[in-house]
Amino acid sequence: MRPLTPGLVVEAGSSVDNHTGAWRTERPRFLSVACNGCDLCAVYCPEGVVFKAAPKRYDFDPDFCKGCGICVEECPVDDIVMEAEIR
Amino acid sequence: MSASEHLIQPGHRACAGCGLLVGARLAADTSDGKIAVVNATGCLEVTTTAYPQSAWRVPWIHSVFGNAAAVATGVRAGLRVQGKDVPVVAQAGDGGTADIGLQALSGMLERRDDVLFVCYDNEGYMNTGVQRSGLTPFDAATTTTPVGEWSFGNPLPKKDLVSIVLAHSPAYVATATIAYHKDLERKMQRALATKGPRYLHILVPCPLGWKFEPRSTIGVSRLAVMSNLFPLAEWRDGVLGRVKGPAVPVSVDEYLKAQGRFSHLFRDERGVDARATIQNMADETARRFGIRAYGDVVGVESPAGHAGAASSNG
Amino acid sequence: MKVMEGAEAIADAVRAAGPKVVSAYPITPQTHIVEALSQAVADGRLDAEFITVESEHSAASVVLGAAATGVRTFTATSSQGLLYMAEVVLNIAGMRLPVVMTVANRALSSPLSIWNDHQDSMTLRDSGWIQLFAQTAQEAHDLHLVAYRIAEDPRVLLPVMVCVDGFVLTHAFEPVEPVSDEAVSRYLPPLSLPFVLDPARPATFGAYADPTVYTEARFAIEAAQRRSAQVLSQALGEFAALTGREYSPDFDRYRLDDADVVMVAMGTAAQTAQVAVDEMRDEGVAAGLVAIRRFRPFPAAELVAALGNASRIVVFDRSVSLGSGGIVAGELRSALYGRLLPQIVGVVAGLGGRDVSVETLTQAFRAERDGWIDLRPDLEEIAP
Repeated sequence: MRPLTPGLVVEAGSSVDNHTGAWRTERPRFLSVACNGCDLCAVYCPEGVVFKAAPKRYDFDPDFCKGCGICVEECPVDDIVMEAEIR
Repeated sequence: MSASEHLIQPGHRACAGCGLLVGARLAADTSDGKIAVVNATGCLEVTTTAYPQSAWRVPWIHSVFGNAAAVATGVRAGLRVQGKDVPVVAQAGDGGTADIGLQALSGMLERRDDVLFVCYDNEGYMNTGVQRSGLTPFDAATTTTPVGEWSFGNPLPKKDLVSIVLAHSPAYVATATIAYHKDLERKMQRALATKGPRYLHILVPCPLGWKFEPRSTIGVSRLAVMSNLFPLAEWRDGVLGRVKGPAVPVSVDEYLKAQGRFSHLFRDERGVDARATIQNMADETARRFGIRAYGDVVGVESPAGHAGAASSNG
Repeated sequence: MKVMEGAEAIADAVRAAGPKVVSAYPITPQTHIVEALSQAVADGRLDAEFITVESEHSAASVVLGAAATGVRTFTATSSQGLLYMAEVVLNIAGMRLPVVMTVANRALSSPLSIWNDHQDSMTLRDSGWIQLFAQTAQEAHDLHLVAYRIAEDPRVLLPVMVCVDGFVLTHAFEPVEPVSDEAVSRYLPPLSLPFVLDPARPATFGAYADPTVYTEARFAIEAAQRRSAQVLSQALGEFAALTGREYSPDFDRYRLDDADVVMVAMGTAAQTAQVAVDEMRDEGVAAGLVAIRRFRPFPAAELVAALGNASRIVVFDRSVSLGSGGIVAGELRSALYGRLLPQIVGVVAGLGGRDVSVETLTQAFRAERDGWIDLRPDLEEIAP
């Protein structure tokens, strides 16, 4: 715990200390077969943790992904699938 | 864009599939970080700023539920007198905008303060457990307008907040939703680049309150536009610009059946009448905005005609 | 020395302190203060943004937002206005923003009354704001300067409410020696806060606290309240060196040294109470007066020390905790309990503008038990 600041002023961007990946029961798998690099999986991710790893390949940050499945649903070429989370 | 570049960082506590966080992140990222944000109490506030962590990488302040617009006026004045010239964005949910925050919003607009107010409309008090707000749509089930033997959900139509805002003659007003992200980003850019009072109304579907699977958030957002229940419009100095409507509108049933809060509309005869009423509302809205109505596609004339046409569009 | 209306004397001190953002909503009897400040802005004598708002809730919110950016701010209100801004008032204290506000004390509705008592400020006594009560226009002028000084002190960082009796002080004309602008600029250093809302250094203000930190955040306000007593003492010492006007940092003591019967009062009534003390002395009663200046933080230890010789204390309350009794009386009993054992009589009077005369106060001096002393015998609620 950091010392209390007057009025509880908080450092910008510090939520990255809170790893929400543990919420997940399913995880996306990016197949990178039909990917056209359209970016929608990244645009619509509520966590902002889907990122472009190569021109036609995306990946996600498992530390934060809550497994909502929006990326799978919105992929126009069905190139992402949901899988059971195995811990 | 990698996570570290977003102006709302991950680690926030919003529900999986939260439409609000998609909208807020898209809007914030549009600004390149050169903004100061004033947030009303609500989902966006509690999920992003639990001490000692904050998801925000821009100057950000929260005070109470109903005062975001007034705090924003103060922040803008305080920055201006110090020569710090950045856009100030006030943001609130539909309750913090249309209900408890309406008076402060009206004051801010009427004073012509240089503030952009963004309403993230998820059509209810979701942070407190899905109660009805002034922007909850007609017949939607909430925990304070539940469906029962004597009740069919929210008995009142959604308040026309955009018309109320337009009556203040703001410099810029627009509606947007997350499925049309480029439209949303463009409008946010225009709003940020405009001086004076500005208002952006962003529809953000809520998986919890609207009762759909988290993966469907964007799809539900898209259906709101496709069914003409939420046209994407823009007003500069009160003049309505091009309205983005569906080339081929879908029936409101497509939108309603995607959400559990309307499931009672598909149970029996009463639901048939209710859906016809909602279809009429959508068709009326479409005609008011000069876009293609579903009724026109299938050849049904709205009985109410064009009654609302002159009321709000400038 | 000038003859000034109380409101004008307050506005002149605020103008000299140089707030950059002023916001207020009209309510009697506070209005003359912000009207004078509006005129000062209009005339170019005050370089500030005066923001007219649609409610006191927004007035407090505007100064909250501006203060968070690191500029000096001011607002003023009364009565219903203070209650309407109440949630923001508490918020300002919790966010540790050094806002200064004048409360022109006025009764609360219902029934509606525009006249003076202390119910408004006292209802917000638990808000985290430092509360100072002035007795004269001169003191009101001076305390506003001191208020900025202590609010902005890095050891404090709390808002200050300067409480002045509506009409009796705000609308009365008195001789006032204003502190010169030059002296004010020496007394008040430029505002410098440890954290400000600044695009160059993004930070988050108004975070939500879970049970692991909420208690500590509230305790930090309590600790700052306690520290502010010493800071006020220093600030008043420097003020005396600057102006020659001395104010005690807790309460005024009038004929207290050998007093057997002591009245405790606040605000303008304390001036009248001096006359009442003299009359009681003439009658052979060893009367004395404690006139509380600093109600928050409450000067409990100082009162214990000052009241040691008294066998009887009469607390003159212009506010009441309905169903319990006079508010200052309750606080004083709590402070003295187990340390001193005088008889304490809580007297409620002077509500809703009922005149507090020398006779009222001598009657209070003679009161033998807790109660409301100036009830008219011919007016009583009819039996249901």
